[in-house]
Amino acid sequence: MKILVCLSIVPDTTAKISFTDGDTKLNKTGVQFIAGPYDDYALSRAVDLKEQLGGTVTVLNVGDADGEPIIRKALAVGADDAIRVNAEPRDAYFVAEQIAAIAQRESYDLILMGRESIDFNGGQVHGIVGEMLGLPSYSPVMKLEITGHTAQLTREIEGGKELLEAPLPLVLGCQEPIAEWKIPNMRGIMTARTKPLNVVEPTGQDSLTQATRFELPPAKGAVKMIPAAEAETLITLLRTEAKVL
Amino acid sequence: MSVLIFAELDQGEVKVASLEALYYGANVAQELQTSATALVIGTTSADLASLGQYGVTKVLHVSDEKLNAANALAYASVLAAAVEVEQASVIVIAKSSLGDTLAARSAGKLKAGLVSNVTELPDTSNGFRVKHSIYTGKAFAITEMREGRKILTLKKNVVSPELSQATASVESFSPSIPETDFVAKVIQTEKATGEISLSDADIIVSGGRGMKGPEHWKPLEELAEALHAATGCSKPVSDLDWRPHHEHIGQTGLKVSPNVYIACGISGAIQHLAGVNGSKVIVVINKDPEAPFFKAADYGIVGDVFDILPRLTKAAREQLV
Repeated sequence: MKILVCLSIVPDTTAKISFTDGDTKLNKTGVQFIAGPYDDYALSRAVDLKEQLGGTVTVLNVGDADGEPIIRKALAVGADDAIRVNAEPRDAYFVAEQIAAIAQRESYDLILMGRESIDFNGGQVHGIVGEMLGLPSYSPVMKLEITGHTAQLTREIEGGKELLEAPLPLVLGCQEPIAEWKIPNMRGIMTARTKPLNVVEPTGQDSLTQATRFELPPAKGAVKMIPAAEAETLITLLRTEAKVL
Repeated sequence: MSVLIFAELDQGEVKVASLEALYYGANVAQELQTSATALVIGTTSADLASLGQYGVTKVLHVSDEKLNAANALAYASVLAAAVEVEQASVIVIAKSSLGDTLAARSAGKLKAGLVSNVTELPDTSNGFRVKHSIYTGKAFAITEMREGRKILTLKKNVVSPELSQATASVESFSPSIPETDFVAKVIQTEKATGEISLSDADIIVSGGRGMKGPEHWKPLEELAEALHAATGCSKPVSDLDWRPHHEHIGQTGLKVSPNVYIACGISGAIQHLAGVNGSKVIVVINKDPEAPFFKAADYGIVGDVFDILPRLTKAAREQLV
């Protein structure tokens, strides 16, 4: 089993977001960056599958050198090697092109990533990569089992779930509870230092979209507190004041 | 050049979020001085001509039982064929499980720029710029879409359709779909019946750890029923298996934007807020007056959910007929 796991590097889920340079750039001061939480689920499942079936797990990130400690962490939890495409991830199409270019050189049985990154929340990359490679893609995948050359996967659908069976190779967008997040142990951290992290230059064209400016949501007005003894008035207020019922 | 809008069916009816997308797409078409066409995939007995009320002048209908199961791969092939037929330059899709995957596959197929979670009409005065929600609702970006085809996925509840009396012409459409789109075999589908879908719901009543256990969910469900609301939950609740995963709302769960979000016994971790900050009105009921969620709320009640929920249910039943 040869698995490629694509990692996005994003601000921590608890990060307070603000912008700088005339609202054209993310203010990175005090912001901790992490691997996309959904991508972490994909990585954990990939490592479990490798342990179960044998094979290799390669981690791929499109980003600058600042992300290397996060890529090393992925190696510490069990990936075998890593590739960093040395480019700012301009938009989903650009990122997908980088992934597809690498996947075309190697043939992977599975290309796993999170259902979406938690910065731009596009949820686009797995679908575009699937199309570029002529492979089926499914998302969001909550459960994944492999038998021979067949994947059984459970995918979330509106108000429920669907169990699918599809032949490999596949591109999948993952989410919990596909696996338990893995925390690197000391041995993993030590061995990660010696695992290959190859840096390659980007290929393909420019982006199709470009974020030119950012805004924060308007500040929230003060909360109107209703005494518990008069809780029933909430329904009236929602009807007559907020006009939402 | 035209605008094509995908109108998603749920049990044969066009979804509410897709009706909003139709109205939005028709407005984009008006701005671009072109026409708007709806694409409906699957068998339906709905009156598709009536979609003209939302501003589309034409409906392309692919009536094929094989497509009644939402298969994003096949739907993307159909959509790409419709884009060719209509010479569509802008494609609008309402956000949903299917819509998101369809948009991604279509972007790859059509080599189109895709912007997700759009919240306003585009600015077409100089190029094509759209505002969309990013960082799970913690910010917005204004994104320029370059030359070529453009796909937008629309957040729910960002437009309020104003209906006309118009009707649309309905044409049947039978594009060829590659067999490879059907490579996956559906073994089993589990769908909660009788529930209001969270992503379609105008009102959501949601519970956190303060509900103390799955056996205590009845008062919350009763309020939801009285309000015709969907039920949701916080991440710890779905992690503990008190509620199914598809009810999990938050940064790593479903992002919702209803008219009213009622949070019961949820303290309001930043990850949960990120999933609900698109709601028009947020109500927080919590016994802890220091719960951070009150800072994000429009209405708050400090008190015991088990005392307050039944009283709200009674009031809702009396006032909402």
